[in-house]
Amino acid sequence: MATTTLTRRVAAAPPLAPLAGTARLVRLALRRDRVLVPIWLAVFVVSAAGSAGATVGLYPTEASRVAVATTINGNPSFAALYGPILDPTSMGQVSLFKLSALGAALVGLLAVFLVARHTRAEEETGRTELLGAGVVGRWAPLSAALLVVVGTLVALALITAAGLAAAGLDVVGSLSFGLSWLVTGLAFTGIAAVAAQVASTSRGTKGLAAGVLGLAYLVRAVADGSPNGDLVGLRWLSPVGWSQELHAFANPRWTVVGLAVVFAATTVALAYALVARRDLGAGLLPDRPGAATAPRSLAGPVGLVVRLNRGSLLGWALGAALLSMVMGGLVANISGFVDENSRPFFEALGGTQGIEDAFMAAEWSFIGVFFAAFAIATLLRLRGEESAGRAEGLLATPLTRRRWASAHLLAALGGAVVLLTVAGVFGAFSTVRATGDPGWWGTVLGAAVVQLPAIAVVVGLTLVAVAFLPRLAVGVSWGSFTLFLLLGEIGPLLRLPTWLLEVSPFAHTPRVPGETVSVAQLGGLTVVALVLLVVGLAGYRRRDLAT
Amino acid sequence: MSPVIEIHDLSKSFGTVRALDHLDLTVERGEVHGFLGPNGAGKTTTLRVLLGLLRADGGTARVLDADPWRDVATLHRRLAYVPGDVALWPNLTGGEVIDLLGRLHGGTDLTRRADLLERFDLDPTKKGRAYSKGNRQKVALVAALASDAELLLLDEPTSGLDPLMEEVFRQVVAERLAQGVTVLLSSHILSEAEALSHRVSIIRHGRVVESGTLDELRHLTRTAVTVDVRAVPTGLTGLPGVHDVRVEPHGTGSRVTCEVDSDALTTLVDALAGAGVHGLTSAPPTLEELFLRHYSDDLAGVR
Repeated sequence: MATTTLTRRVAAAPPLAPLAGTARLVRLALRRDRVLVPIWLAVFVVSAAGSAGATVGLYPTEASRVAVATTINGNPSFAALYGPILDPTSMGQVSLFKLSALGAALVGLLAVFLVARHTRAEEETGRTELLGAGVVGRWAPLSAALLVVVGTLVALALITAAGLAAAGLDVVGSLSFGLSWLVTGLAFTGIAAVAAQVASTSRGTKGLAAGVLGLAYLVRAVADGSPNGDLVGLRWLSPVGWSQELHAFANPRWTVVGLAVVFAATTVALAYALVARRDLGAGLLPDRPGAATAPRSLAGPVGLVVRLNRGSLLGWALGAALLSMVMGGLVANISGFVDENSRPFFEALGGTQGIEDAFMAAEWSFIGVFFAAFAIATLLRLRGEESAGRAEGLLATPLTRRRWASAHLLAALGGAVVLLTVAGVFGAFSTVRATGDPGWWGTVLGAAVVQLPAIAVVVGLTLVAVAFLPRLAVGVSWGSFTLFLLLGEIGPLLRLPTWLLEVSPFAHTPRVPGETVSVAQLGGLTVVALVLLVVGLAGYRRRDLAT
Repeated sequence: MSPVIEIHDLSKSFGTVRALDHLDLTVERGEVHGFLGPNGAGKTTTLRVLLGLLRADGGTARVLDADPWRDVATLHRRLAYVPGDVALWPNLTGGEVIDLLGRLHGGTDLTRRADLLERFDLDPTKKGRAYSKGNRQKVALVAALASDAELLLLDEPTSGLDPLMEEVFRQVVAERLAQGVTVLLSSHILSEAEALSHRVSIIRHGRVVESGTLDELRHLTRTAVTVDVRAVPTGLTGLPGVHDVRVEPHGTGSRVTCEVDSDALTTLVDALAGAGVHGLTSAPPTLEELFLRHYSDDLAGVR
C-alpha cells in the first residue's frame, strides 16, 4: 500500500529543474528585507542628494568650484582617502567627491552583507535545508539571492540618480554617478557569491569578501596617493577604482559598466560551478578532524572569546599593518603634491610640516573609525552567541553574565588596542624610514593612542544596545556607527548645527598631529564610555536571555 | 530535608503571551521527575527560570535551597543542564566543548568522560558544524553526565537520539541515580518518562494539571479489560464505574470488552463470578492515555 503511494508520487513529480522554486525564494527574501533595505537605500540616497543640494547652494559659480576643487586636489590626504576631483568645473564632481570612491565602497559592503544574508546565513540556520526539502532546485537559493541583490543595487543606482537630478545636478551626470556606484556593487556581488561558496559560515563569507573590499580600497588609495599620479593605472586593478574610472559628471566612460558586468558574470559563473561541487552546509574545503581534547587555554570565558575572535583579529591586524605602512610611506612624498596654485594655502597651514601633519591626522581619524567597526563587530558576538542559542548552555554553568560580557568587552577593546598598536608601530616605522626623521615615532604613536576613547564610547553604546534592545542590537549599533560616520564626512557640508555634529564621539577625537590634545576632551569621552559600559553591564545582568 | 526544586505560584509572560500561569512543582531529592507536556506548554520556560536565564514575573522558585536568579555562580556548580536544542560553535570540536563546559563547572572526571564517549559512540574530533542534531545532543549529554552535579536538568534530552542511544541514556541516568543524583526530565516522549520517572508532572498552558507517582495518576484513569466468557452476565452495562461495554461472539462463548475505573475493578470481578471466565486480560493505562485525557480537548475541541 505504502509502496504504491510512493511510486505514484515519484512518477507524478516533474523532474526537478536546478532553478525550481527561485521565484518563491525571491518573494521570501524581499519580505525579509522589506524594512532593512529601504532604510539602507534611504541613507545612501539622502547622503548623496543632500551633499549635492548643499554644494549647489554653496558654490554656484564655476570660479568658486574651481577654487575649492584646487584646494581639495592639492591636499594629498584627500586624494588618498577619497580620490581626486577629476573635473574642477563640474558641479557633480565637486559635490560628490567624498561619496564617489567611499560611497562605492559602502555600496560594495551593502552587496556583501546582502549576499551573505541570503546565501550562507540561510544555509547556516538550516532554513535552506527546510526549503530544499520542498520544491527548490540546487541553484535556486543562489539565483534568488543574486536577483534580489542585483535588483536592490539597480534600484539604488536609479533612485540615487533621480535624487541627484532633483537636487539640481544634470540628468546624464546623475545617471553616470548612480552607475558608478552600481559598478562596484555588481563586482562585489560576484566576489561575495564566490566567498559564500568558499567559506562555510556567513561570518567567514563577510570576512573574506570585506577583506577583498578593504584591499581594493587600499589599492585605489595607493593609486590616487602616488605623487604626480605615477601609479594611477593601479586603479584598474580595484573594483572600487572602476567607479572612479567611470568619470561620473566628467565625460562619463559608459564602457566601464560593461567591464563590471563581465567581471560580475564571470565571478557568478564561478560561484555556480562551486555550488555544483559542494554539499549543502559545507564549504569548499573539507572539514578535517580537530583535537579530541581542549587545549589548556580553553578553560574559561576569556579563553573561549579569544579563540572565537583570533582569526578575525589576525586578519584585521594584517590589514592594519599594510594600511599604515602604505600611508606612512606616502608622507615623505607629500611635497610632490603641492603645486604653485595651492602653495599659499599650505604655507598658511604651516608649510610642509603642516601638510604632513594634516595628512597624518586625516589618515588616523579614518583609521580610528575603521577600528571602531572592528570593535562593534567583535562585541556583537555577545549578542550573536545568545541568538544562536550557545550562550544558554554556557550561562547554565557557574559562568556569570558579568564575566561572560566582560570577556567580550575585553576582546573588543583589547582587540582595538592591539590594532592601534600594530598600526602605530608599522605606521611610525615606515614614516621614519621614508622621511629619515625619528621624531615621527612619538607623533604617530600619539595619534594612535588618542583614537581609543572614541572607540570605547562606540563599544559602550553597542553594549547598551545589546543589554536593553537585544533583538535590535545589530541594527542599532551599525546604524549609529553609520550616522557618526556620515555626520563627520558630510555633516559640515550640509551645514548641520554644531551640537548635532558633536553627537558623534569621533568629533571629539583631537586631530593629531597638528591640533593640541585636550585632556578634558579625551577625559570626557572616557567618562562617557565608562558610564555606558557600567550601565550596559548592569542591564545585561538584569534582563531575560533572548533567543 | 527540603525538596531539590520547589516552585510555587510561578508566572512568566512574554508580551501578551502567558508562558507560565501560577505553576507549582516540587522535585524531591533522589528522584527522576518527568515533566510532561506538548511543545509550547511551558517546559523550557520553567527550566530557564530555574537556571536564572529568565526572570519570573511572580511566584517563587528555589533550587537546592538557593535563589536561581541571584545565586548563579554557586548554584550552577551543583547542577548541569542539557538544552533541548543544542547549538555548538562551528569551529570547535565536540571534545573541546565537553572540556570547556567541564572546566567552567570546575573540573571533569576524565574516566567518566572517556567512558561516556565510548558508550554514546561519539567522535570528539569532529567540528561543531559537522555534527548531526543527535550528535550535538550527545556532546551536551556527555558534558552534563560527566560532571559532578547533584541535579540534572534535561530538556527533551533524547529527541535526536536513535533507540539504541536512548537505551544507553537510560542506563547512564540509572547509574547516576544510584549515586544520588536528582533529575528533572522534560519530555513529550511518554515511554521515556514512563521508563525512567518515579514521579511525573503534566503541564498544560503553563500550569501543572496533574502531579504524582505513575500509580497515583493511573488511579485517575481507566483500565481496559477484555474477558472471554461462556455466558454473558446480565446487568453489566449498568454497573457503576464500568463503561463502554461491548459484547461480541467469540468461539463458543462471547468476548466482553470494557473500560473500568480503577476503583471499580472489584465490582466487575464480582459481577463476572458465575460467567465461566476462561480468558482475561487487563491493561493498565499508559502515560499516553493519561496525557490524552488532559489534552483531548486540545485535540478534539471537546473533552
